[in-house]
Amino acid sequence: MELHQLTIHELQKLIRLGKVNSSDIVRSVFKRIDTVEGSVHAYISLMKEYAFEEATKADHSIREGNIRALTGIPIALKDIVCTKGFLTTCGSRILYNYIPPYDATVVEKLKEAGAVFTGKTNMDEFAMGSSTETSYFGITKNPWALDRIPGGSSGGSAAAVAADECIASIGSDTGGSIRQPAALCGVVGMKPTYGRVSRYGLIAFASSLDQIGPFTKDVEDCAIMMNVIAGYDPRESTSVPLDVPDYTAFLSRGIDGFKVGIPKEYFIKGIDPEVTEAMTRAMKAIEGLGASCIEISLPHTEYCLAVYYIVAPAEASSNLARYDGVKYGFRAEDCRDILDMYKKTRSAGFGTEVKRRIMIGTYALSSGYYDAYYKKASQVRAMIKSDFEEAFKDCDVILTPTSPTPAFKIGEKMDDPLQMYLSDIFTISTNLAGIPGISVPCGFTRQGLPIGAQFLAGHFEEGKLLQIASAFEKHANIEKRRPDL
Amino acid sequence: MAYEPVIGLEVHAQLLTESKIFCTCSTVFGAEPNSHTCPVCMGMPGVLPVLNRKVVEYAMKMALATNCRINETCTFARKNYFYPDLPKGYQISQYARPLAEDGYVHIEEDGGKKRIGITRVHMEEDAGKMIHDEHLPSSYVDLNRTGVPLIEIVSEPDMRGAEEASAYLRRLHEILVYLEICDGNMEEGSFRCDANVSIRPKGEAAFGTRTELKNMNSFRNVQRALEYEIRRQQYILESGQEVIQETRLWDDAQGVTLSMRGKEEAHDYRYFPDPDLVPIVTDAAWTEKVRSSLPELPLEKRERFIRDYQLPSYDAGVLTASRVLADYFEDVARLSGKPKTASNWVMGDILRFLNEEKRDIKECPILPQSLAEMIQLIEDGTISGKMAKDIIEEMYRTGKPPKAIIGEKGMIQITDEAAISKTIADVLAANTAQVEQYRGGKEKLFGYFVGQVMKATQGKANPQLINELLKKMLVK
Repeated sequence: MELHQLTIHELQKLIRLGKVNSSDIVRSVFKRIDTVEGSVHAYISLMKEYAFEEATKADHSIREGNIRALTGIPIALKDIVCTKGFLTTCGSRILYNYIPPYDATVVEKLKEAGAVFTGKTNMDEFAMGSSTETSYFGITKNPWALDRIPGGSSGGSAAAVAADECIASIGSDTGGSIRQPAALCGVVGMKPTYGRVSRYGLIAFASSLDQIGPFTKDVEDCAIMMNVIAGYDPRESTSVPLDVPDYTAFLSRGIDGFKVGIPKEYFIKGIDPEVTEAMTRAMKAIEGLGASCIEISLPHTEYCLAVYYIVAPAEASSNLARYDGVKYGFRAEDCRDILDMYKKTRSAGFGTEVKRRIMIGTYALSSGYYDAYYKKASQVRAMIKSDFEEAFKDCDVILTPTSPTPAFKIGEKMDDPLQMYLSDIFTISTNLAGIPGISVPCGFTRQGLPIGAQFLAGHFEEGKLLQIASAFEKHANIEKRRPDL
Repeated sequence: MAYEPVIGLEVHAQLLTESKIFCTCSTVFGAEPNSHTCPVCMGMPGVLPVLNRKVVEYAMKMALATNCRINETCTFARKNYFYPDLPKGYQISQYARPLAEDGYVHIEEDGGKKRIGITRVHMEEDAGKMIHDEHLPSSYVDLNRTGVPLIEIVSEPDMRGAEEASAYLRRLHEILVYLEICDGNMEEGSFRCDANVSIRPKGEAAFGTRTELKNMNSFRNVQRALEYEIRRQQYILESGQEVIQETRLWDDAQGVTLSMRGKEEAHDYRYFPDPDLVPIVTDAAWTEKVRSSLPELPLEKRERFIRDYQLPSYDAGVLTASRVLADYFEDVARLSGKPKTASNWVMGDILRFLNEEKRDIKECPILPQSLAEMIQLIEDGTISGKMAKDIIEEMYRTGKPPKAIIGEKGMIQITDEAAISKTIADVLAANTAQVEQYRGGKEKLFGYFVGQVMKATQGKANPQLINELLKKMLVK
């Protein structure tokens, strides 16, 4: 095994034993990046020089015995979180040259825990997409099949972990943007409860749905990352002032007596039969661990996609208004007046999918349509939320497939937005309800593509998710493989 | 046909909080462009707003002072439009559920009071400022003002003329300044007003088509613009045309309103609840706490002055123009025990001195106790009113108490009848011709004798005694 293939907890053990230091790990990771990045393209920008400097500092801390949760560990950041002094593009031409003057809270917390950043990962433009194909900075390939997409929008962060181009990474999830690519790349990805991880410095797509979370190689690493990034932030009004438990404490508790809800509405037409098979195996395995699977109902499931595609674009249309060419980022040349500058800048600066959503959102908020669209969608959203509240009266967690299909071919769904939107059918309701969800590897298709299982829990029940995901990972006989790169 | 104007005002007042509404930047006016900014108020990608609670408290003060009902919870909404001085592309304001609604204020009219309804009071953030360089094909933007807290006070269409609108505006201004939540400076834009105006045939219940007037940056301009616009609309109707619904700008130099944009170009602001902010709970406990901190408001004070000090309403109006002036007057009234005299001195000499030097009552060198002491010295006859006129000037110049000045200048009034009689006798003896004329019926010479006696006593003789004694002695 090489160092870049290891997990956070494995590397931490070696560091504590004095067998390796941060420079060794960073060197190994960048060597790996040199080897595979050309074919995967997980990153928009690398922070190589910075990473080696930070590794040297980390080595100093290690020698002094000051070893924190992530000391010396190479972490990649989705290019949607602001990094002071380092390019942050959000996958868009309109921010092609934007260097933030401040660090996101999550970046501060990771630095504080000793993490070493490797670079900023590729993503769908403004996180709008399920394949990372809408990025202005090229397409990221799925490390398991280079002609396939890695999922999205956090495709770069998922691919970087799957391809060992970092040890763990940060993504953001508005409708499945962590869980779906985690499933498609065969890694662990968690979307925490809305308000659990600070959004300060996360470039907004849909403010009431966005949440930051980790990608890791296993569930234990997910708990370690959550311990670092979760917590109240006075700079965010929607942050929740609740104590953060030690998430690693949930890992070895087992799931004896757990009730696992299986929503009947989720077994729809269009699910890949191999995904269904994997789910059936997963349910059996879970029951073998002492839990019971029960059928539950989430009656408003059929409205989730419709509600999401009103609420998210509406918020986005407003959130993206600031990209006007006035203060930073891309500005079109040869403009007659201010209106002309706005039009040319935004026409050339945003890609097709972003413009589509800005238009949908603008329409939904327009005078005369607000009640029929945004207001109605908000009302249905409340019903979707209460569906989950009802369901969690009967079960501890809910199990669903993460994505209805494994990774699809590059270009396959780019001309059909509705097909693309369906990729998130199982993940969107989580964001609408604000609850946490995790995707864990659940085997492979016969073609060798990863499949993910999604667990969902009530608000601030991330511990329960880690508990079942850990038991599942360790004891469900899930096949472990490495992509052949 | 007689027409009746219908006017409603939208007033924006900058609140005097130290920091901005959603970040910790300073609100101080006049700093180097863009020096009072941070990623939050500059609308950098990824930033989030956090509400300054002081803004809510100040806004509640105004809402309570204007008799509004405070909503138990209120929410912020985004008002979306593009302009370079609006860095986020939306203004955080309040829409569906504002802080407070359904209030009123009274304005004074000949022979009574008129109630002007207030639709709502809500909080919002101010925008930045564009700086245009005429020599360049580009403009600059200064974001220091971006995020400075504002309250918007929207009236009902209850005003029926420019005068009423002006009175209402002054009433709001006075209350805001009394509450010490706004400095009320119209030139610097901390107190701004837009007006909605329409006219209708007198007696008609339905409103006519309205226009919105902007860019009136003084009380005088508000009144002029409204008067102009009322005349303009009347002319349009009288010539058989129709008023167009539009936004018009007041052009101060030309004294006219000019069309800015029509109804078709009106913005669709696409208001929706701001997902970055949570509802604000302004419950009864908080409301009552704020209510109990309110000072006495100008109108109440004015009525109390009339009632308790028996002042004419004019005096009460002048003396309550500011809280400091009213306090000054009350101190003098209380210490001297002579409210009306106190009012005369404060409104007369004190305000004249201050106005001449454009100073505020806070900077008045004459302490209330000194003025009260001077009033008592007049009352007990130590000095005459005429002497007091000189003494108060000296008091203002030096800040010394009246007794010190009297002592220095030997300005004790002569009230000794014998001494005055003697002086009168001397004056009469020296002016026998005039005495003859007076006794022959030329009574207006009386003043001349008074003057002569005053001159002979260097103004120290008690004027009343001079009058009495002179009358007696001239009859002889």
